Amino acid sequence: MIPSAFEYLRPETLEEAIRLLQENSEEAVLLAGGHSLIPILKARLAQPGILIDISRIPGLKGIGREDQALLIGGMTTHHEIESDPEVNEVCPLLAETASLIGDVQVRNRGTIGGSLSHADPAADYPATLIALDAEFVVTGPDGARSYRAENFFEGPFDTAMEENEILTSIIVPAPQGKIGGAYCKAAQQASGFAVCGVAVTVMLSDNGQIEFASIGITGVSASPYRASGVESALTGQAPTAETIEAAADRATEDIEPIEDLYGSAEFRGHLARVWTKRALEQAVKMAGS
Amino acid sequence: MAKAPAAPKFIGSPIKRREDPKLLRGLARYVDDIDLPGTLHMAIVRSSFGRAGIRSVDINALTDLPGVVAVYTAADLEGVGPVPVSGLVPDARVPVQPVLANKEVRFAGEPVAAVICETRYGAADAAALVDVDFEPKEAVVDLEKALAPGAPKVHEDYDDNVAFNWELVGGDVEKGLAEADVIVKQKIVNGRVVPLALETRGVLASYDPGEEKLTLWSSTQVPHKLRTHIADQIGMAENRVRVITPEVGGGFGSKLNIYREEALAAYISRDLGRPVKWIESRSENFLATIHGRGQMGEVEMGLMKDGTLIALRYTVLADCGAYYQYLTVAIFTLTGLMIPGPYKLPNVEMKVTGVFTNKIATDAYRGAGRPEATYVLERIMDIAAAEIGMDPAEIRRKNFPAKSEFPFATAAGLSYDSGDYAGALDKALENAGYADMRREQVEARKEGRYLGIGLSTYVEVCGMGPSAALGGQGWESARVRVEPGGKVTVFSGASPHGQGQKTSFAQLVADGLGVDINNIEVIHGDTDTVPFGVGTFGSRGTVVGGSAVVIACDKVKEKMARYAAMKLEADASDIEFAGGKVYVRSAPEKSADFAEIAGLAYSAMELPPGTDPGLEETHFFEPPNFTFPFGAHVVLAEVDPATGDVKILRYVAVDDVGNQINPLLVAGQIHGGIAQGAGQALEEEILYDTGGQLINGSLMHYSLPKAGLFPRFELDHTTTPTDVNPLGAKGVGEAGTIGSTPAVVNAVVDALSPFGVRHLDMPVRPERIWRAAAAKGEQG
Repeated sequence: MIPSAFEYLRPETLEEAIRLLQENSEEAVLLAGGHSLIPILKARLAQPGILIDISRIPGLKGIGREDQALLIGGMTTHHEIESDPEVNEVCPLLAETASLIGDVQVRNRGTIGGSLSHADPAADYPATLIALDAEFVVTGPDGARSYRAENFFEGPFDTAMEENEILTSIIVPAPQGKIGGAYCKAAQQASGFAVCGVAVTVMLSDNGQIEFASIGITGVSASPYRASGVESALTGQAPTAETIEAAADRATEDIEPIEDLYGSAEFRGHLARVWTKRALEQAVKMAGS
Repeated sequence: MAKAPAAPKFIGSPIKRREDPKLLRGLARYVDDIDLPGTLHMAIVRSSFGRAGIRSVDINALTDLPGVVAVYTAADLEGVGPVPVSGLVPDARVPVQPVLANKEVRFAGEPVAAVICETRYGAADAAALVDVDFEPKEAVVDLEKALAPGAPKVHEDYDDNVAFNWELVGGDVEKGLAEADVIVKQKIVNGRVVPLALETRGVLASYDPGEEKLTLWSSTQVPHKLRTHIADQIGMAENRVRVITPEVGGGFGSKLNIYREEALAAYISRDLGRPVKWIESRSENFLATIHGRGQMGEVEMGLMKDGTLIALRYTVLADCGAYYQYLTVAIFTLTGLMIPGPYKLPNVEMKVTGVFTNKIATDAYRGAGRPEATYVLERIMDIAAAEIGMDPAEIRRKNFPAKSEFPFATAAGLSYDSGDYAGALDKALENAGYADMRREQVEARKEGRYLGIGLSTYVEVCGMGPSAALGGQGWESARVRVEPGGKVTVFSGASPHGQGQKTSFAQLVADGLGVDINNIEVIHGDTDTVPFGVGTFGSRGTVVGGSAVVIACDKVKEKMARYAAMKLEADASDIEFAGGKVYVRSAPEKSADFAEIAGLAYSAMELPPGTDPGLEETHFFEPPNFTFPFGAHVVLAEVDPATGDVKILRYVAVDDVGNQINPLLVAGQIHGGIAQGAGQALEEEILYDTGGQLINGSLMHYSLPKAGLFPRFELDHTTTPTDVNPLGAKGVGEAGTIGSTPAVVNAVVDALSPFGVRHLDMPVRPERIWRAAAAKGEQG
């Protein structure tokens, strides 16, 4: 439980952080909230030579509103997201998701940018941010660019980011209308990570049909994914129990569920279907109310 | 025998723990908080294999490492004795457990070398650089495979992996089964769990070369046993070794052991002439501190159609691990002694085969053998009830001995002191609203919701215990000193580590001497200060240790009454103690301050006839029997067969622990016990892969029960005092754990009864539940 020695750097600006990353790309890792990284260091599962602490860089933290979207700094903590009045008003699904991460201590320290960059395949945010069509803004030596949430994750602990880029903000669109959302999770008992987490956003049209449905699933596959089959089975349909059930049955279409101590592939696939159905039912109910 | 005061002021009151302010403010001092100048730090190089030969240990990489003082391997420690074991059964094979592995390692985490460094970080870095050349061998993990012909052997010296055979026979099980109308059988696994005290183990050893004395601060439950054994292991006189237990952050039995690191630190401190500290990491705690439970067996019970129990047989494989720890073997025998539980079961038989495996030893874990007995019995009771179509409450009630039948002799050879088992069950059912619960269950099923009601009625053996029955040292000691200024100091040989006896012992003495509780100081856990003691385990702290306190207190009081009689010109038998005063019962206007009389005994200017100066008395209390607390737990749980999720909706417990010294402490013990027992039922099991690697040895992977798992506990009690000690108290440290595990599993299985499920092995985790329900589908 004692990490091997490392050098600790604490840049004051984003530019400096990116320069330090460039100069030390072989041995440096970024330290955000530290709730994934520090345990790994203590168990000596990783022995980086340099930690670059980005917690003091101005402008990376906080929640703002831009037109019909929320703009969330990468260093914003889960607790800040969970308790922010604007997030709760504009996008309660995201606040709810944040509230289900780990425990109070984790939420007080852990950051959204750190969590997404770490890309644990069982993390909660990815499902919700896929369902919300969020964009991730990353900044590197050549400036900023952005990814759609569903294109960001490339495998367990692997993202589309370059080594010298930093996830600086998350843009969450907040469309108006008869919107409902839900995040349902079967939690791993020890860690609280998702054995299966399903996030759903649905919008109903004035005639009560499903205008669109957006579904993100985490914990089930090597990467979080968009359940496109479920979405297409719902678009333009009336949200009847039969339609929802048939759609939910496509939750693991083209997906190979993973297997570990907490669930076999078969169980995970089953959970994905059950929780997709239940999340859809909740979201439709909310959208109609 | 002495009796508790007739009109207690403090005894029986829910006084807040005096221990808590320092704990809550972070002012408590654990081993790791003690800093001695010049302390060296020890890190242990451990086996990374379940079973392997050691070809070589290469320490060349450490040669120029700053701060490294020494590295010890087995060759350096030939004079150090092996890890002590006790509680053996006849003909047990007893492998020698060296403090460092020599040619072979037998479990993942087994110590191979000790690195000593000026700093703790340096020690960790250096330990990582020790290059042990292991030759991996096939490991013995599964109990049944371990006994198969041709299986690899944990110990090459033995013919096979059998550690011991033990059986307990009462009555005639074969005949009983032949006479029974119905026979029910079930294979039951009680997996390994990790005690997981919040404070890991730790030791600080400091040898004083001038005094030629060793002081050992250790996070242990048994300071005197540790002193005896460490002195023996490293070849010192026991009165030159002092063991101090500073604050100890829980033990649950895991610290009722003498571990290799304690002897290592002690020996190395003497060798180097400097203090040596070792603090166990959480990872090491998973790997190298004992595990609990570890039984895999089959239970068979014969009964009549009317529910009358006739015979029970439990045949079990016991997972010992690679070496025994202090009580490894004894724990399994406790299961046998309690296998009849609270029922009239005239014929019982338990056959245990101890099995060596390439794992850390199993040993005492909260309940220690009794939860295993209760679990097996309470599961087969539910299965039997279902088989004959009887309500689970009825079949239990039918087989209880009546209150008037106590002391009740069991077929397993114990004599239960006192009991009213039906009384506890009735109260629990009433508090639960059992009939309404059953109706609610029926209604819920119509809505597609699956509620389950789980019962468990238990009796346990504790207050350990008569010395002869324990193979020695079943007593406990106490010394009570009234100080010259009227304050009172209690020295106890027990070693509380969270139980709260600084509070409850003070309550006993405050009432005993009629003084305010704030005048009383309780000291324990220092072998140079307290009388020789046994320690805290087996729910004995208050029952045995508290009884010693009460009797020592009575002795002091008797002497003090003589001084009071002298001062007040009365007869000593006419002296009463109350309200900080001493007065003459027949003439209450004649009184003196308690402190004034205390002063007289120390000034000794005048002595009562035949009386020596001073007010200090010691008592060693030997209990004539164990105590047998009992109770009934009722759980209402909702199970979602589609996801396997379990929600405990209500938890109703009625526990009878005899007289309660402090109901708040009792409730705290029950709360923690229920949580720990339910944790095993729903979440906890430590797992090794086929190579002997621990695969869920971290708190990210091994789940402890958390507060969110539970509703508000609905606790109540009945009070059936025992006559085996002056307190009438039976002990409460383990009761909750014993009652809760089967109650929770029974509730889950009951919820799944529409699916034809009659048993699930623990932990009943979501996938297990889903598979059981999905496999059969709803029936009828």
